[in-house]
Amino acid sequence: MALLEVDDLRTSFHTRNGVVRAVDGVSFCIDRGETLGIVGESGSGKSVTCLSLLGLVPQPPGRVEGTGAVLEGIDLLRCPREVLRGIRGRRIAMIFQDPMTSLNPYMTIEEQLMEPLLIHEKIDRAAAARMALQALQEVGVPEAEQRIRSYPHQFSGGMRQRVMIAMALIGKPDLLIADEPTTALDVTVQAQILDLIAQQQRQRGVAVIFISHDLSVVAGFCDRVMVMYAGRVVETADTRAVFREPKHPYTRALQRSRPAMQAKGAELYVIPGLPPDLSRPVPGCAFAPRCEFAVADCSRTEMQLQDVGAGQASACLRVQRGELTLQ
Amino acid sequence: MLRLIVRRILETIPVLVLVATITFFMMKAVPGGPLDTEKNIPQEIKVQIEAFYGLDQPLWKQYLSYMGNLLRGDLGPSFKHANRSVNELIAAALPVSLELGGLALCVALLVGIPLGIAAAVRQNTWIDYLASTTAMAGICLPTFVMGPLLVLVFALHFEHFNASGWDFPRDRVLPALTLGLVYAGYIARLTRGGMLEVLNQDFIRTARAKGASETRVVFRHALRGGLLPVVSFLGPGIAGILTGSFVIETIFNIPGLGRHFVTSVFNRDATLTIGTALFYAALVVALNLAADIAQAMLNPKQRAN
Repeated sequence: MALLEVDDLRTSFHTRNGVVRAVDGVSFCIDRGETLGIVGESGSGKSVTCLSLLGLVPQPPGRVEGTGAVLEGIDLLRCPREVLRGIRGRRIAMIFQDPMTSLNPYMTIEEQLMEPLLIHEKIDRAAAARMALQALQEVGVPEAEQRIRSYPHQFSGGMRQRVMIAMALIGKPDLLIADEPTTALDVTVQAQILDLIAQQQRQRGVAVIFISHDLSVVAGFCDRVMVMYAGRVVETADTRAVFREPKHPYTRALQRSRPAMQAKGAELYVIPGLPPDLSRPVPGCAFAPRCEFAVADCSRTEMQLQDVGAGQASACLRVQRGELTLQ
Repeated sequence: MLRLIVRRILETIPVLVLVATITFFMMKAVPGGPLDTEKNIPQEIKVQIEAFYGLDQPLWKQYLSYMGNLLRGDLGPSFKHANRSVNELIAAALPVSLELGGLALCVALLVGIPLGIAAAVRQNTWIDYLASTTAMAGICLPTFVMGPLLVLVFALHFEHFNASGWDFPRDRVLPALTLGLVYAGYIARLTRGGMLEVLNQDFIRTARAKGASETRVVFRHALRGGLLPVVSFLGPGIAGILTGSFVIETIFNIPGLGRHFVTSVFNRDATLTIGTALFYAALVVALNLAADIAQAMLNPKQRAN
C-alpha cells in the first residue's frame, strides 16, 4: 500500500482578477522510502501542491479540493484541523527553499530544534535538548554543543539549511517534503546539502518528495519524476526513462534548457514564450502555444495523463497517438 | 553594549546644560518677576528679598551661580514657596506623578497590546475593524476632551467616582484611564502592524509546518518580533505619558509634578520652572535610552553588536 495517495488535487486562489487554478487535478502516490521528484518552472504548482497537502495554503484566498489525499487511511483534505496539525512535523515534515528567512530570528537554534518534539511528544525539556543536540551533530554542524545556543543569523546559509533538515527529521517523519532545498544556496554548498538529504534518507528509510526546477538535480536523486506545467502533471516516469526517452515535449524542453547540455559557445536554448496566466483557462494542452510540435488538435482536445508504456505516463496528445517520438 | 550606554549617558550632558541655559534666559526675558503679584511690598523689604535670592546681581552672575549650584545637584530655593527648595518640591510631587504615570502605562499596555494582537490575528474581520476603529478613536480624542467626558459619565452621571482629587484609591481610576487610553490606541496600532509583518514571514510557515498550534505561533513565534515597534515607542511614549500628566493633573486637581510645572510659570518661579523642565528632559533622555537597550535585548541580531 502506498504511503500517500493523492487523487485529483485542486487548489485555487480567489483573487480580484479571478480564480487562479494553481493546482488543477494532480494525482500521484508515493511508497514508503521512495523518492519522488516534482519538476517544473516557477508557478507550475509544485510548491502549492505540497503546501495544500499540509493545509499550509492560507484559506481564504486559497481553496483546496480534491477526491482525496490519503496518508495511510487519513484523508489530509478532510480530516479535522487538529488531526492535520498532529501530522505536520511528526509524520510529514517540510524543508523550505530559503533558509535565510525560514528560521525564526528571535529563537535559538536549540529552541527551534526542540519544538517538534515538545509539540508532538510527551518528553521533558532535558531529553528534548539531548535529542536536539544529537540531531544537529547528525547533520554535520561542527561544534554543535556550543553552536546550538546561537541564533540563526550567526549561521551561514548552508548551515541554516542543515538546521532545517535536522528540525524536519527530528520527529522521525514518514515523509519529508523538500521544497527546492538547494535553490537559495551557493553551488558549492548545494551538493553537500543534497548528499546530506540522500544520506539521511538511506539511514532512516523516509520517503521524500523533492521539488525542484532543475531536472539534473532531481535526476541524481529521485526514483521517479513527475513533471508539472501550469498546475497539471504532464509526465510521470522513472528517472532514467525521463532522461533517455521523454514522453512530453515540455520535459524535453526542460532538459534542453540546461546550460550544461549545450555545446560551448552555442546560444543557450530557452523555451519560447511564458507560462500561461492561470486565471484564464487555456482550452486543450496548456503547453501547446509554446510547443514546437503542436498541431491544431492540441488546442482543441482536453489533455489527459495516459499510460504510454513502461510505467511512463504522458499528457501529450501526439505522443499518445504515436505520432511523436522524442529523444 | 556597555560602551554604547556610557556614550549615550555622556551625550545627555550637553543636552541638559542647553535645556537649563535656555529655560534660565527665557524665564529672565519674561516681563515681571516673582514678587510682582504681591501687593504693595515696601521698597526696603523688596530690596532685601531680592538680595536674599540674589536677584540684585547682574544676569551673568546669576546664571553662573545657578549653574554652579546645579553642578552640585542643587536646584535652588523656590521663589514662591517660602523656605522650600525646588529639590524638596520635586521630591514631594514626584511620587504622585509616578503613580499616575505608572497606572496610565499599565492601562495603555494592558488594553493596547491585546487589542493589537486580536486585530492582527483576525485581520480584515469585524474584530479587526472594531479594534482598529477603537484605537483610532482613542488616539484622536485629546485628553482634555476624554477627561471631562469620563468625569461627566462616571463621576457626575453614575456617581461611581469623585470628579477630582487624589485622596482615595478609586480616585486613581479616571485620571489613569484618561491618560492611558490615548496611548493604548497608539500601542494597539503599533502591535497590529508589527504582528502582521511578522505573521507574514516565512518562519511562521515553518512553525506551522512543525505542527505548532495557532496560539503557539502567535505567542511564541510572532510576539517577540511583533512587539519590537511597541518597545521602541515606549521610550518616547512613557515620556509622553509623564508630560501628558500636566493636563490630567490640572483637570483632576492632582498634586503632582505637572501642576508645579504649569503654575510655576504663571508665578514667575524661575527656579522651579527650570528645575521641572530639567527633570523632565533628563527623564525623556533616560527613557529613550532604556527603550533602546530593551529593544537590543529583544533582538538577538542587535544584542551581538
